[in-house]
Amino acid sequence: MAGTKLKIKKVKVGLGTCGIAAGASQVYQELESLGKKEGFEVGKVGCLGLCYREPLINIEGSFGRVVLGDISPSELKGAWEDIKNGYFPEEKIIFDGQNYRDNFITRQKRIVLRNVGLIDPEDIEEYLACNGYKGLERVLTWEPEKVLTEVEKSGLRGRGGAGFPTGLKWKLTRAAPGDTKYIICNADEGDPGAFMDRSILEGDPHSVVEGMIIAGYAVGASEGYIYVRAEYPLAVKRIEKALKQAEKKGFLGENILGSKFSFKIKIKEGAGAFVCGEETALIASIEGKRGMPRLRPPFPANRGLWGKPTSINNVETFANIPWIILHGAEEFASIGTEDSKGTKVFALAGRVKKTGLVEVPMGTSLKEIIFDIGGGIKEDKKFKAVQIGGPSGGCLPDKLLETPVEYRALTETGAIMGSGGMIVLDETSCMVDLARYFLTFIQSESCGKCVPCRVGTKRMLEMLNRLTEGELSSEEIPKLEALAHVVRTASLCGLGQTAPNPVLTTLKYFFSEYDMHAKEKRCPAGVCTGLTTFVINEKVCTGCGICVKHCVVKAISGEKKKPHRIDVEKCVKCGLCLINCPFDAIYKV
Amino acid sequence: MGEEKITAKKREQLKKTIARFSGQGEVIALLLAIQREEGFLSRSVLEQISEEKNIPLSELYGVATFYSQFSLHPRGKYVIRVCQGTACHVQGATKIAESLKQELGIGEGETTHDRMFTLEYVNCLGCCSLAPVLVVNDLGVQAKMTSAKVRKLVRELRRR
Repeated sequence: MAGTKLKIKKVKVGLGTCGIAAGASQVYQELESLGKKEGFEVGKVGCLGLCYREPLINIEGSFGRVVLGDISPSELKGAWEDIKNGYFPEEKIIFDGQNYRDNFITRQKRIVLRNVGLIDPEDIEEYLACNGYKGLERVLTWEPEKVLTEVEKSGLRGRGGAGFPTGLKWKLTRAAPGDTKYIICNADEGDPGAFMDRSILEGDPHSVVEGMIIAGYAVGASEGYIYVRAEYPLAVKRIEKALKQAEKKGFLGENILGSKFSFKIKIKEGAGAFVCGEETALIASIEGKRGMPRLRPPFPANRGLWGKPTSINNVETFANIPWIILHGAEEFASIGTEDSKGTKVFALAGRVKKTGLVEVPMGTSLKEIIFDIGGGIKEDKKFKAVQIGGPSGGCLPDKLLETPVEYRALTETGAIMGSGGMIVLDETSCMVDLARYFLTFIQSESCGKCVPCRVGTKRMLEMLNRLTEGELSSEEIPKLEALAHVVRTASLCGLGQTAPNPVLTTLKYFFSEYDMHAKEKRCPAGVCTGLTTFVINEKVCTGCGICVKHCVVKAISGEKKKPHRIDVEKCVKCGLCLINCPFDAIYKV
Repeated sequence: MGEEKITAKKREQLKKTIARFSGQGEVIALLLAIQREEGFLSRSVLEQISEEKNIPLSELYGVATFYSQFSLHPRGKYVIRVCQGTACHVQGATKIAESLKQELGIGEGETTHDRMFTLEYVNCLGCCSLAPVLVVNDLGVQAKMTSAKVRKLVRELRRR
């Protein structure tokens, strides 16, 4: 291409929530003014998932498609002259028209994310051009039972975390007595550290909508709900648009594509409650009540929304469905392991070099994801643990890095597959602090209905708080563990039953850190403020005196323009000096 | 609970909003819509909904206090929400929150006297790759925050 003047037809900018935060809106504006002059269209796509290279642009024309990353709005104008003539800045090329140049993406297998980052999520035509709604068309020529068999044969299991077989869930809902049935899409991605569902909804909402319509046909439902977090305003906007477009084209509404099947979908916004990810709590929330779970059975397949049979599936589960219908159950089942079929999308973040969306075949090892795809640890620090499954999951150490990602193998370690959050931790993280962090979260999100969760998590948190303050003796640690088992066994719903996992896995794999906090009153990572000392790095300190002004107890002294010192006896560890030092000269040990 | 008396004109306006949500189980959507208009849910507003929808006030209060999105107190012109997600936590969210507390002189869930700022925590904004992040008034997500960037942001907002 180099040297020939390119016919650029359209440039698309990655406008997901994170792309926008990285400055993609400015890139979009810049391109709009360039487009007017040069005569190309400017459009948007969702997030391709290479978050560490945002903002991203797709350049399309007679030459095909090229994807560039690390675009800054200020450089764009200057670089455009070269781009126009086929000279793409080497270091910015992600996709050169034939191949992806970044092994972050070449090592992936994209089924769920097949269109994310490539098509305009607000334009149904682009989805249609990628075999969109072809799955639905095909299904409408089948008997509903055939759809159930096909999904069951594929081996697809729920991607929300628990891994219940999707085909079976649909079958149970279809078999339940009653004329009115519902489909619910659980888009209440509440796990801190997870953003797969947000990216799918922002990048390819139609794939989820199509999956839901097929589910409706298979179970005999005529109404569906998408329950989405209010914290995801852009996702809400894009689903709204997708639903309108699908209705206009006759994929939603009465007598879909001339068949006897009718289906409509409504959006229900959540209002910020983690427990609403649990299916019975979610149903209560759609009904307009406090989102409190109830005992199961009866399961939603028999008694769900407004007492009617209901199938609740996760965003990622639905996005798999059209692909399975089009490519066949056998092809899907050929990917993955005996226990877990297909692929899984992970949101890779934390102290890893390359962060973003990773979709890999089930059975891929944690090591491959973190080191081969994620490029290893930031600043080449030492790997400490990987946290998977959020507050319901666990922390796994380096000796378990060979563990394959599949439901059974991960459950055996004490963690769970979860919805796909994967946070990498290095030596700067304290495992006791992390356990305390998750318990703080769970304790404030516990709905309060059952005692083991309401009181149990509170008492566990109190013990962990005392441990991080150096006030818990090592004799009390077994008590913490015993209580964790009680909460796990006796809680009413999944939130409480899995809440102790972060504590139990860190106790199991990082006991020495607990021991150091309790016996030596020391936090080896220097995170727990109660156990650390504030120190000034004399090599970095310029003696500006800002810390002296901020210190309430007058613990800092020193001559002007000479390194200062902190008097450990006087210091109350408020941390104001550390926050306010413009040179980052203050640290904790 | 915020005790703001409402005018007849506002009552009419609320009536219209309430009428828009007539379907089954629309309470949460209704409360979200009203909060987006009013900034918070005052007692008199909840009383009006209770009357017109024939829902006990206690039930509305139960819903409004269950979900973290709802506020029963007036909030500032700018609501700053600091992400408390895992990726943000391991990359310094606590430091960001502390800087904001210091810069604004308020704690979590509080509003400054001049009603300019409210400081809140949010569970996870799903922008883990750009951690630590925060969001102002549900507009854009502010990426890769530092104490210095926090100070700059607050000063910019004050000047607006």
